[in-house]
Amino acid sequence: MIPELGHYALILALCLAIVQATVPLAGTFTRTPAWIALARPVAWGQFLFLSLAFLALVHAFLVDDFSVRYVAQHGNTLLPEIYKISAVWGAHEGSLLLWVFILGGWTVAVSLFGRHLPDAVLARVLSVMGMISIGFLLFLLMTSNPFARVFPVPAEGGELNPLLQDPGLAVHPPMLYMGYVGMSVAFAFAISALLGGKLDAAWARWSRPWTLVAWVFLTLGIALGSWWAYYELGWGGWWFWDPVENASFMPWLAGTALIHSLAVTEKRGAFKRWTVLLALLAFSLSLLGTFLVRSGVLTSVHAFASDPARGLFILMFLMVVIGGSLLLYAIRAPDISRGGGFDILSRESLLLGNNVLLVLTTALVLLGTLAPLIYDAFGWGKISVGFPWFNTMFVTFMPLLVVLMGAGPLTRWKHQDPAMLARRLKLALLISIGGGIITALPWLSGSLAAGFAVALSLWLLTTLFASLRQRLQHKPGLRGLVQDFNSRGGRSYYGMLLAHLGVAVFIIGVTFVSQFDIEEDVRMSPGQEYQMGDYRFRFEGAKTVDGPNYRARRGTLRVFRGEREVALLHPEKRTYTVQTRPMTEAGIEPGLLRDIYVSLGEPLGNGDWSLRLYYKPMVRWIWLGCLFMAAGGGLAASDPRYRQLLRRSRRSGDLPAAAQGAGSHA
Amino acid sequence: MPAFVRYLAPLLAFLALAALLYKGLSLDPHKVPSPLIDKPAPAFSLPLLKDPGKTLSADELRGKVWLLNVWATWCVSCRAEHPVLMQLAASGKVPVYGLNYKDKREAALRWLQRYGNPYTANAFDADGRVGIDWGVYGTPETFIIDKEGVIRHKHIGPITPEVLRSEIYPIVEKLERAG
Amino acid sequence: MRATRKKRLYLVLLMVVGIGVAVGFALNAFNQNLMFFYSPSEVAAGKAPAAHAFRLGGLVTEGSVQRQANGLTVRFDVTDNAKTVTVEYTGILPDLFREGQGIVAHGQLRSDGVFVADEVLAKHDENYMPPEVAKALEEAHEEGKASMPPGKTTP
Repeated sequence: MIPELGHYALILALCLAIVQATVPLAGTFTRTPAWIALARPVAWGQFLFLSLAFLALVHAFLVDDFSVRYVAQHGNTLLPEIYKISAVWGAHEGSLLLWVFILGGWTVAVSLFGRHLPDAVLARVLSVMGMISIGFLLFLLMTSNPFARVFPVPAEGGELNPLLQDPGLAVHPPMLYMGYVGMSVAFAFAISALLGGKLDAAWARWSRPWTLVAWVFLTLGIALGSWWAYYELGWGGWWFWDPVENASFMPWLAGTALIHSLAVTEKRGAFKRWTVLLALLAFSLSLLGTFLVRSGVLTSVHAFASDPARGLFILMFLMVVIGGSLLLYAIRAPDISRGGGFDILSRESLLLGNNVLLVLTTALVLLGTLAPLIYDAFGWGKISVGFPWFNTMFVTFMPLLVVLMGAGPLTRWKHQDPAMLARRLKLALLISIGGGIITALPWLSGSLAAGFAVALSLWLLTTLFASLRQRLQHKPGLRGLVQDFNSRGGRSYYGMLLAHLGVAVFIIGVTFVSQFDIEEDVRMSPGQEYQMGDYRFRFEGAKTVDGPNYRARRGTLRVFRGEREVALLHPEKRTYTVQTRPMTEAGIEPGLLRDIYVSLGEPLGNGDWSLRLYYKPMVRWIWLGCLFMAAGGGLAASDPRYRQLLRRSRRSGDLPAAAQGAGSHA
Repeated sequence: MPAFVRYLAPLLAFLALAALLYKGLSLDPHKVPSPLIDKPAPAFSLPLLKDPGKTLSADELRGKVWLLNVWATWCVSCRAEHPVLMQLAASGKVPVYGLNYKDKREAALRWLQRYGNPYTANAFDADGRVGIDWGVYGTPETFIIDKEGVIRHKHIGPITPEVLRSEIYPIVEKLERAG
Repeated sequence: MRATRKKRLYLVLLMVVGIGVAVGFALNAFNQNLMFFYSPSEVAAGKAPAAHAFRLGGLVTEGSVQRQANGLTVRFDVTDNAKTVTVEYTGILPDLFREGQGIVAHGQLRSDGVFVADEVLAKHDENYMPPEVAKALEEAHEEGKASMPPGKTTP
């Protein structure tokens, strides 16, 4: 009964989405206030039904209702409660339901926090979000109904993929989807601005905090995924340039470009067309990611649903959404006025450089991801693009971005005197080059790459510090800092500081772990010891243990540094009862400066095992850096000036573009 | 030339991408007909599910038309298919042999006791090696083998009454008549 | 007005040159990093490059896996049911490596015709077969032997 209610709720949500997508939009053209006013209650209604549907599926999993096909395939009575819930989005149908559910959530959030917006703008934004919702609800109902029944009812479920039975991965998809779907808000604002024909700086200001929040979730989602891959896949890698990872990384890159470009449009009224295009791009890449993962066009570790019919549906949907919006762009773009001019050396030009680099990287990642498909389509053979290529691309272009990143905050809008900038940057340049050279010295690390990474990080640190000092010139001491933090635009600035600091931390982590990690495959008998680097590993054998829904061989290793025991590790080799597939569970001793990581290979007779030992210096810094970036984004999004501006703009209709914030700093 | 032509570039780039993706969809690597059709059935000799002492081999079945149904207790769709197999067995039109695939013996026996046994005999393929020879990539799958020991048909996924009527019976009847 | 024009021109020029160089570099590197896929039949026919890494895919032949007595080197045969190539690998094989299973190995041919792998992949789904392997098997099959269709998850 409850699954049917869930199904009806989805249908009702679809009906409301149709109303939401059409009536308020029509109202903005015919100027019918009653139609415009319909947007918010309908959006709430839609969300209510989406919540009911979602809860119905959660309920079906919790009570092990195997008469529902999706539950029968992915649920199991033996699953721990938390994984019964995460199993809801563990496969295709449920993850799509989560997608629309989150979209409904964002829509309601926009309708709540956007109360200060002009009614027509809000109506258009909600309408556009309604259209996206229609697409996904149709997709769910027509090709992937999560509530479809199965008869006769199986006695036991098929169980969630054991790889996905993990706390990290239980929260990874919701985070990622929050990011993907959040990009739809910026998209909706851009479309609504194009529709309304009023493409000034206002839409940029309105969509900026939303884009920041979406970007924060995307950052966290990607970081979580990377962390999960690191400890769960058992081979110590944290990023594989897998198509599914790329699918989440491309919107992130475009989103990063977007938050910077929005800043320029908001403050200076420049880059207007470009920013609109980026907003369309960021969301299009989110949709494309969904397509790539769902259609089976590219096979990968994670692609759980591969069905050409579904692929065709998503492709048609992409055509309508992306094709339609780009057509709208082509029609409206010529009317967009030029923004304020700027010099070759100005903050605008540096941010333009940032955007070009980010979009270029996005395009290269897209190329690398689609290359196997292109080769196949033209009959040039079956290929794969080795991840060294992706790495090379990154190592080539990212340092340029970091150089700009350091100089940006110290550069003035519109016009910057080169001599003055050089004077400001001189010390930072000296410190970073010096630090880099010292690090690269043979008796310190002897690694050119490490020296380079340290130089880049120091460059970021010193320039950020210089920018902070300059900003606090007239506000001395801690009190000045606190006062500045609480000022309008303060959080925006400190958010930027924190996020860029995160990049510095990230660079150090990535470079050090790739330069100095040690990895060895060894064969060990119980009681045997093995020295690797500064660490001595003693293998104490493996024995069988039982988990709730698996049986495992658990190894015991003691790790010593000198005579001191630093870690007791229990790597496992699990076999899950239902799906009978083996799984490696690594034993990890985490640390801020190094991880020790051991995974169990296979038994070789006489109690011997093959083991893989890793020493991973500073690997945590990778995710720490991501956390800093996310925290910075969150801080910037919470800046009080967005709320103040919104309130003000409500009163005065629309704000003139560049008049605002010309003098403000962030 | 209207002004907006200049701004069509992103749209054109996207359309090219969409065309590529469309091509990618039709390149679906999963849709290949089984290469085993009209080939001699791979030989096997496996212990019986009920009696591990005895074996079942493909050679013993020469001279009659028979069905090989690949199933497992961990397979949800097999449970859905089961009543149809019972119906097929009751019709007496063709003997159904089972290949119990990557399963546990006790679980399989319990299953047969509980839901009924449509199989003339069951071969027990614990490690799935025979399944690999037969090109099994998911359960359930059903093969029709003719009197010469040649695979004539393969059905992937659960057999429904409709499949029984429109696919299985006609082929079996044709093969029976053929020799 | 003129000065602004000129500035804009320089900026555009700078960008075009920069992007051009970057794209040229990227595509060049791209060609060097492309990894082609070869089946055992193609390797036997001498189509695979001798001094360049490539990927080899097929089924692990039953009973062919030999372990070194007290090390981690493993030798096994990979077949597409028509031709067979011997693979040597030192290290830990993936969880799902089993005889009869489809795998993809990444490495180089040694002069004695043994494929020395530095990475062996078996996908996470036990019923999954990498599409390239399926295709290779399908093609080899046209020469006459039974093979296995590509994988899909168990329904």
